[in-house]
Amino acid sequence: MKPFLAIIRRDLAIAFRTGGGGALGVAFFVIAATLVPFGVGPVPELLARIAPGMLWIAALLACLLTLDRLFQADVEDGSMDVLALAPLPLELVVLGKCIAHWLTTGLPLLLAAPVMALTLGLPEGAYPAMIASLALGTPALSVIGAIGAALTAGMRRGGVLTAVLVLPLYVPTLILGALAVNASAMNLPAAPYLMLSGAITLAALPLAPFVAAAGLRLAIR
Amino acid sequence: MWSFANPNKFMRVSGVVLPVVAVAAAVLAVWGLYQALYVVPSDFKQGDAGRIMFVHVPAAALSIIVYLIMCLCSIFALIWRHPVASLSAKAAAPIGAAFTLLALVTGAIWGKPMWGAWWVWDARLTSELILFFFYIGYMALWDAFDDFTKAETATAYFCLVGSVFAVLAKYSVDLWDTLHQSSSMTIGTIATEEKLSNEFKIPLLIMIAAFYLYFLTVWLIRVRSEIRMRRIQAIRQAAVVE
Repeated sequence: MKPFLAIIRRDLAIAFRTGGGGALGVAFFVIAATLVPFGVGPVPELLARIAPGMLWIAALLACLLTLDRLFQADVEDGSMDVLALAPLPLELVVLGKCIAHWLTTGLPLLLAAPVMALTLGLPEGAYPAMIASLALGTPALSVIGAIGAALTAGMRRGGVLTAVLVLPLYVPTLILGALAVNASAMNLPAAPYLMLSGAITLAALPLAPFVAAAGLRLAIR
Repeated sequence: MWSFANPNKFMRVSGVVLPVVAVAAAVLAVWGLYQALYVVPSDFKQGDAGRIMFVHVPAAALSIIVYLIMCLCSIFALIWRHPVASLSAKAAAPIGAAFTLLALVTGAIWGKPMWGAWWVWDARLTSELILFFFYIGYMALWDAFDDFTKAETATAYFCLVGSVFAVLAKYSVDLWDTLHQSSSMTIGTIATEEKLSNEFKIPLLIMIAAFYLYFLTVWLIRVRSEIRMRRIQAIRQAAVVE
């Protein structure tokens, strides 16, 4: 447990000392959500209708764009070789790094999302469902994204490829997350979709690190 | 089965099989198309536009089958490290992507006169499109690696993860579609659930068989050229070492 916590602490320290913690991810999320009214026009009914989907897409992209920091730097400077030799299995190293990634991207999004939902005019009843769906869904975004980040970790220009690999994998999480908020906005029960979202997260948390670790072993071979 | 892991044996056997399946695919395709375009009466509801079914349905079926074949090949490649298995998966991907694209395009051409729209966000169309993205990602991942052994392992993992998420996406798209049910969806269901009479069914089965054999032909050609490419690379590397 101790080395596992050390991984999380190390990644958090790096995030706060070099990347400004979760600030950049949140900034991206806010700007992306702000672009929506510019794109579709400032019609309140329309914005309220598409707010759940737009918030989810902005959150998903914020998660995606921060994935390159997950393994790339460690593979390049050789830290990953040391981590792979550590007594901790590489799968747990991956999980620890994913948790740190979620703490610096997913968690701040939970705080920023209500503000952006306010500007887009999300119906008031849908706020609990939105927070719940993001809380349940964004951990899956981090660990599923880790698969794509690990498979492209050794490449010089893996960024676009990571997006091409990861975005189709994000489809179920996005659909279920947005469905939960949409259902709640229409005064329908959101619980079934929230449960399915949680199911994907619960399945991805233990399974995805295995694939990501296999990808990392290729990158440092 | 295991003996085909030996590339020499594979080349010998596939060299014999290839002309046979190629001729069979050509004969069945000509016969099936003749039946589909001239012999079969035009659909009473859809007119002659309904004949596109004889290309659309086999392409859609093969698009899924080819992905399953890639998954099987990936499992073989990961567990038993068969040299031919990962090359087979690699060789199948562009063919599967082409079938998926063909299914999407013929579906759009069919959809325009029948539903009045080139594209609707119907559950089936959407999951087919997501499948196409998986093919694209898989092929892009193969191209991104310089090292062959790294590429075969990484793509095999991605193929297997992709299959899980393709199924998940299929079910979540179904959920998503039932919430926003559109009128086109019901037309689609009627068209697919319609009982096909034998005069439609037999040419369709011939066309599906022709598509299978066509896939087998192109696949064998591609695997054979992949094996030859690997040999050329090995010879080049040996020459560099000397």
